[in-house]
Amino acid sequence: MSTADSARQLWEADATKILVVLVAIYATYLLSGLVLGYSLRGQLNSIASLTFYIGVFATLALALNLHWGYTGLFNIGVVGFMAVGIYVMAFVSKPLYGSGGAAQIGGLGLPIPVGILAGMVAAALLGFVVALPALRLRADYLAIVTIAMSEIVRFTFLSSTFQQFQVPHTLAGDWTRVGFGGGSGLILDFPDPLLALIDVLGLSTVYDGLVGLVGTVVPNNPDPIVHSLVYGLVLLGVVAGYFWLLKRTGESPFGRVLKAIREDEDVARALGKNTGRFKIASFMLGCALMGLVGILWLMGQGAVTPNFFRPRLTFFVWIALIIGGAGSNTGSVAGGAIFAAVLYQGPLYFQNLVTSVFQPGDAPGSFGPAVAPLVANLDPVPFLLYTLDSVRQLQLVVMGVVLIWLMHNRPEGMLGHRKETAAAIPLVGRSERSERTDADAVGTDPTPTGDASGGERDE
Amino acid sequence: MSDADTDADAQGRSRPEVTDTPLRVEGVSKHFGGITAVDGATFEVERGTLTGLIGPNGAGKSTTFNLITGMLTPDAGTVSFEGEDITGLEPYEIADRGLVRTFQIARELQEMTVLENMMLAPKGQRGERLWRSVLPVARRGVVDQETELLDRVWEILEFFEIEHLAEEYAGNLSGGQRKLLEMARALLTDPDVLLLDEPFAGVNPTLERRLLDHVHELRDRGYTFLLVEHDMDLIMENCRHVVVMHQGRILTEGTPEEVKTDEEVIEAYLGGDV
Repeated sequence: MSTADSARQLWEADATKILVVLVAIYATYLLSGLVLGYSLRGQLNSIASLTFYIGVFATLALALNLHWGYTGLFNIGVVGFMAVGIYVMAFVSKPLYGSGGAAQIGGLGLPIPVGILAGMVAAALLGFVVALPALRLRADYLAIVTIAMSEIVRFTFLSSTFQQFQVPHTLAGDWTRVGFGGGSGLILDFPDPLLALIDVLGLSTVYDGLVGLVGTVVPNNPDPIVHSLVYGLVLLGVVAGYFWLLKRTGESPFGRVLKAIREDEDVARALGKNTGRFKIASFMLGCALMGLVGILWLMGQGAVTPNFFRPRLTFFVWIALIIGGAGSNTGSVAGGAIFAAVLYQGPLYFQNLVTSVFQPGDAPGSFGPAVAPLVANLDPVPFLLYTLDSVRQLQLVVMGVVLIWLMHNRPEGMLGHRKETAAAIPLVGRSERSERTDADAVGTDPTPTGDASGGERDE
Repeated sequence: MSDADTDADAQGRSRPEVTDTPLRVEGVSKHFGGITAVDGATFEVERGTLTGLIGPNGAGKSTTFNLITGMLTPDAGTVSFEGEDITGLEPYEIADRGLVRTFQIARELQEMTVLENMMLAPKGQRGERLWRSVLPVARRGVVDQETELLDRVWEILEFFEIEHLAEEYAGNLSGGQRKLLEMARALLTDPDVLLLDEPFAGVNPTLERRLLDHVHELRDRGYTFLLVEHDMDLIMENCRHVVVMHQGRILTEGTPEEVKTDEEVIEAYLGGDV
């Protein structure tokens, strides 16, 4: 076997592709920062927020891939499920009203893991309610129902009716003040989840050591940097967990039926599959996963407001999925990472980098003063500054352009072959199969071949 | 294939009082707006035979098929299978009972390989429960069953002589190969009765011969077939019983000889010239 062959084989592995994409992204960020002389603190901060956004967009793209890439369910209400996840989690886990702290609204005061579970279950149940009538209809109706639902959810949390209300919280019938905070938002005043997790795992000393270590290079207040870096790592762990779960879901008879539904639901039904059940199961699982991302995204942010969950966020997830390639879990992760690095964080990173390194003056306040020097005496600086200053607005334009370009030139996305085999065992040719098991048996240990192939897939 | 054989035997034994007519269609009608697509169709399919359903374009054959298999719900009449009323059941419930159809235009699942297409079909797959496919210990059982299924799939692929296409994407197959795949896939559901909707349309004569051989061999093994076709000669040569539809009605039925000489059939369907 030549090196080219083994290199190709290595590339074939999902983990390699994802790793290459991630390494390339991080290398680009670090190198461009290094070349331009970005401060270490700035570097670490941008790496931390990059990791955070890679984490959330990769997980969201994975969950959406289960809906759209695998089952063909057109869900454009992703934010609705995220909102329900974090709001229900906050409702359950915020401390009771009056137990100290400045919050005007309390929660049920249950432990954070209970809240996370409740948030996921609530998102799944909302998915069930949405899916039940809509799945009987054609795919585009599901799209309308889901986006309407996500707006209903947002307006519900905005409404003053649910801003605060009383619920009984003990069997004895004591009432407590709870609520969703309305438009002014909800303070997430439970203990810091990351530190709590580290505490439970008994890694406090390790974490403190890490803070000390970073303190030697960034003397001034290293704690937030370490915190966000570690949280980013945890999120990457969650990405791995989602990937594992959804890969397993896809590579199974269950995933095969989902794929068949995507290709032609009538055929699946004609072969005796109760497609409604599969669609609901797939939809609810995806919704629960979206709810969890909502929780992970906002849990550590201190507060949550309903207007965070505008439909544009849903479309960001769609762009991530389309970049990576619908139908491929590997592509979803890669797409989420690339979207986060290039389209979502990239422009802002670029802006930060340029302003902190070159420290240009104030940008012109409007389009006129920006263009006038360019036309009058070919001085492009004000225009460039203005452009740099408007990067947030331009970001959406760039996303639109990328989307249009992709639709024209590569609608299947980077890795979107939709061809990840849907079976719990490798579906290979007969002769190949016996050859491969023989090779395995020789290569590893002399267990009976049947056993080897059965057990090995089941790690 | 010995598997399917013994399966069929076992099923036969376990149901000693089965009738000789597993499929009965009685007075089935369907209207689309002002158009009567099927008007009181009544016929039976005898066990272990090849029954042909013929008629000119628009006679209501495909609609009848859809009414039998639950893709459409009849406005009137009943469909019964193995003595049970299956009118208005969901397609998957009907398929689950052993009445399985193929489609007129082969509807293979394009972005799935031939093997995936085939593996989809078998009933009672444990791994179709999400938790069994995901949870570590339960997944062992799924993997074992998949391994068994794959063997069966290979047997059927070999029976239909399309094993060389196993790893090909179904979307890349030729029209005839798709027909073979579709029949093979339907067979994997362990059906008692197979409804084939124009299985020979757009298939070259050699492949048609091959498909017919397969059908006859399967019939000999105890499978029952209902065949929609508009190739008159083909039906006449291969079916023992022929049902003729015209303008939504059953015009006549009988042996090919009877049908062939029926004045009405010649008049309405064949235009007086076979």
